[in-house]
Amino acid sequence: MSELTLFLVRIAYLAILWIFVLSAISVIRSDMFGARVPSPAAPPGKAPKPAKTPTPRRGQPTHVAVVQGVNTGITADLAQAPILIGRGNDAAIRLDDDYVSTRHARIVSSSGQWYVEDLGSTNGTYLGSQRLTQPVPVGLGSQIRIGKTIVELRK
Amino acid sequence: MATNSALMGFVHRRRRGAELFLLILALIVGIGAYAAVGLGVDGEVPTNLIAYGGWLAALVVAAHVAVRIVAPYADPVLLPVVAALNGLGLAIIHRLDLAKDTGLASQQLTWMTLGVALFIGTLVVLPDHRLLARFTYTSGLTAIVLLCLPMLPGLGTEINGAKIWIAVGPFSFQPGEVAKVLLVITFAGYLVVHRDALALAGRRLVFVDLPRGRDLGPILMMWLVSLGILVLQRDLGSSLLFFGLFLVMLYVATERPGWLVVGGLLFFSGAAIAFRVFSHVQNRVDIWLDPFADPNGSGYQLVQALYGFAWGGMVGRGLGQGMPERVPYAESDFILAAIGEELGLTAVMAVLLLYGLVVERALRAALISRDGFGKLVATGLGAIFALQVFVVVGGVTRLIPLTGLTTPFLSYGGSSLVANWVIIAILLRISDQARRPLPDLSQEDEDVDEQATQVVKVVKEGVR
Repeated sequence: MSELTLFLVRIAYLAILWIFVLSAISVIRSDMFGARVPSPAAPPGKAPKPAKTPTPRRGQPTHVAVVQGVNTGITADLAQAPILIGRGNDAAIRLDDDYVSTRHARIVSSSGQWYVEDLGSTNGTYLGSQRLTQPVPVGLGSQIRIGKTIVELRK
Repeated sequence: MATNSALMGFVHRRRRGAELFLLILALIVGIGAYAAVGLGVDGEVPTNLIAYGGWLAALVVAAHVAVRIVAPYADPVLLPVVAALNGLGLAIIHRLDLAKDTGLASQQLTWMTLGVALFIGTLVVLPDHRLLARFTYTSGLTAIVLLCLPMLPGLGTEINGAKIWIAVGPFSFQPGEVAKVLLVITFAGYLVVHRDALALAGRRLVFVDLPRGRDLGPILMMWLVSLGILVLQRDLGSSLLFFGLFLVMLYVATERPGWLVVGGLLFFSGAAIAFRVFSHVQNRVDIWLDPFADPNGSGYQLVQALYGFAWGGMVGRGLGQGMPERVPYAESDFILAAIGEELGLTAVMAVLLLYGLVVERALRAALISRDGFGKLVATGLGAIFALQVFVVVGGVTRLIPLTGLTTPFLSYGGSSLVANWVIIAILLRISDQARRPLPDLSQEDEDVDEQATQVVKVVKEGVR
């Protein structure tokens, strides 16, 4: 094996290594800037599934309860999802809290996971210290703050 | 903190095709290195190249298909980068095998097979990373038990002065490697619940917010555990890794630099005590400060590694043309010295950049993840990678005192390789959850009772 061939093999290998590194970086780049798709209403390729009747499983929340505030103790069965929370008469959880909007937030389920969604309320819906801007998954015991009231999912 | 991607109409694509393309390149990197080693050492392409390459390709394709089926939105870069590093590591170990007449590469390939199997297993068993939050304290307890195992008489074995191995029959295993993954889960689960107390309470001193005295409990405990590893197992690297990991996660969870100050002080006081009390720590520092004081004795390994880097220069000697086998433990701790010698600075930079990409992707997954637990786990796993690479590369290049840690995916070492594959599986799971488009909740609007509520909506404007 001549010296020159070995030199070429070495340079070729280093080139391959760097081509790999640079392609990886270019995939990352296109992932950052190239993925701006105006989000259509439904994700493509997925036919809207008929709403499943949620089968209650162990460890899954079954109802929503008000744990703090004027209306402490009110509960609503999650089987009647989506659950509307607010001051309006149509709300599943009706709160007499001055800081709550008429249609404040709702709790909905999608593929076995519960989400809380703010419905454009005046004072906002908080999970921890974060104001919700989009549907956020909630689990058992996570405290949703609505006005002066705290609501959580329970078994 | 939460991503605003939904507001911007930003949807992540699946990018599985890009992943496949990168995986093919990664295979060329791995198999090409193997062929180049054969060319350099024997002057011919190795006869088992087809079998070796086929096996590597089968493993990679299996991992890719698994990702495609169970984590379709996962990050497209992580798997190829890791496959390339693993392939390069295998080729370098094979090259050292040829020089030293050992059979470590085939063992490493077996470990890689097990690693990929566990990678697929983790992705299949774990459909959602939040399930891990249930095992917060269980995994913490398991981690501590695992860390204590090597100290049991009869089970633990001492190799090169460090008591971090356990031997079961013909296999030796480093439980610390598994413990680090479990510790990340424990820290994340703990911090996500307690971060408010850790972040908000405290007093301000000069410029930094110092935490409350009673909140110092966990950090002091972690400090003691790290010191315990250092004292009882004489493992400098792991003790540094665990404490650094906890500090990073604490800082990320609370956003308070005060913790870094407290942790830094604890670290330096611990290091100073260790330096005073333990001869092996002193020894390491002495070698670091002046490796040429005893170039044929204690400083031999580091001096030879430095000569290797120097001899390699920009483009290296060429695979098979150098003498990386001079360096003791070139296949494990000092594998970067072998790469530097035979492939030069060009390849070392590429390898470091690949590690950087892994860390970047981990932090990216943390940024876009929608739940606090996922954010913390991804950050923690990224921090493990970053710390490990920094500590081992810094040690080999004489930036910091040498501490024994494996170079992730490159070094020979079964436990480390398997644990790292599982880490990548968890990262892919988190990024899959994070990049998945938000579920469509609008269809519920068509419900009859929802329709009725729309009338009320007009009234809403007047109410606060």
